[in-house]
Amino acid sequence: MSYEALDYYDIGLAALLLGINAALSIVYKLGVAKRLLIAAARMVVQLSLVGLVLHALFETVSPWLTLLVALIMIAFAGRESMARQDRRFAGLWGYGLGTGSMFAAAGIVTLFALATQFHATPWYDPRYAIPVLGMILGNTMTGVSLGLDRLLSEAANGRNAIEARLALGHSFRDAIQVPRRSAMRAGLIPTVNGMAAAGLVSLPGMMTGQILAGVEPIEAVKYQLLIMFLIAGGTALGVFASVSFGVTRLTDGRQRLRLDRLITSEG
Amino acid sequence: MLVVENIARKPLEPVSLEVPDGTCIAISGKSGSGKSLLLRAIADLDPATGVVSLDGRSRNDMPATEWRTKVTYVSAQSGWWYDRVGDHFEAPDIAATYLKRVGLDPQAIDWAVSRLSTGEQQRLAFVRAIVQRPRVLLLDEPTSALDPEATAELEGLMHEKLGAGTSIILVSHDPKQAARMAPEKQFVMEKGVLSEKGRAS
Repeated sequence: MSYEALDYYDIGLAALLLGINAALSIVYKLGVAKRLLIAAARMVVQLSLVGLVLHALFETVSPWLTLLVALIMIAFAGRESMARQDRRFAGLWGYGLGTGSMFAAAGIVTLFALATQFHATPWYDPRYAIPVLGMILGNTMTGVSLGLDRLLSEAANGRNAIEARLALGHSFRDAIQVPRRSAMRAGLIPTVNGMAAAGLVSLPGMMTGQILAGVEPIEAVKYQLLIMFLIAGGTALGVFASVSFGVTRLTDGRQRLRLDRLITSEG
Repeated sequence: MLVVENIARKPLEPVSLEVPDGTCIAISGKSGSGKSLLLRAIADLDPATGVVSLDGRSRNDMPATEWRTKVTYVSAQSGWWYDRVGDHFEAPDIAATYLKRVGLDPQAIDWAVSRLSTGEQQRLAFVRAIVQRPRVLLLDEPTSALDPEATAELEGLMHEKLGAGTSIILVSHDPKQAARMAPEKQFVMEKGVLSEKGRAS
């Protein structure tokens, strides 16, 4: 295995490409120059810190530290997912519903992968556990946010139709059927599209990274396939769990539509 | 008989009502006064305090779905969830026989919902509710989008249902309609407070 180690000069050179973004923003008065600067700075700081954390984590191989880092990742994913929803449940539910679903879905699939495909010793070796969790979590988060966002916006916009059914004596389960189906589909579509386009339109990032790092393309492809399947499973579980809990929280013991439990995000 | 005892929800003050079988009471009042909220609370579509019962049986002793099949609310804004009109009816054939009675083309059962006018939607939503034979109809401005002719046809059907023992709580902004449908029991809702209209007029 051979690969070209990068030095900081190389990275700095590539960073100059950001100048194109900056020039566009200034010439066309897009007003994103400041946000661009902040985003770029955040990326550099965040990734550098993650590099340091992972370095330390891989040195120690402690189950508790690995778990702690995993929980922190899930907590951030929950916050990010909540921020992507126009409407969300008020109070702790707004955060807990998506986060809990992601915790369960990404957790189950990561443990499944660690227990079967990766023959790491010990099984919780953070060198495997953390990157795998990260990839599953990133995609599950997208699915959960899209699914919940669709469910809650269709419930609010489709209020007349849902309540017309309830008023006629239909169960809430029947009345929410159309929004629920649409929400599940919205959550699953990105994964399906990602699989369909893989290799033709885009070379997946992980595979590209492995190839650049000197891994045989065939071996890199095998890893990528494994990851794609894990992502598909994690997303499906996460979308199913979050939409199902969301539907439950949208109603009560008397089969009402409880839009009063929702709040709209500001801005 | 429908009995409502001290039903309340913000901003609705406690309301008590008795509606014997085959009778109609009418409620008028400004928009935003709480008329729709009262109907929704009786249909159990919003949480509310108080006791509501039909023939001595409290609604809390039966599933919400059963309650709403018996005490059916027809909203001022009708809701549709499939593309085709007929798919919204449990028995489209029976529904089709009613369409002519409310001035609609019987073929409308095969139309797409998207081509319906507001007035057509309003009449279809009314038919959708009555073909299920509820014991009580909670009608929220059922003729607001109808011309006088269609209004008369719909009121005719309402009278027919009253004669068959169905009772009606009618919310209407039209005092003449209230007088036609409920000559004996008319109420006014003002800022969440319901009061019976004097018979001075």
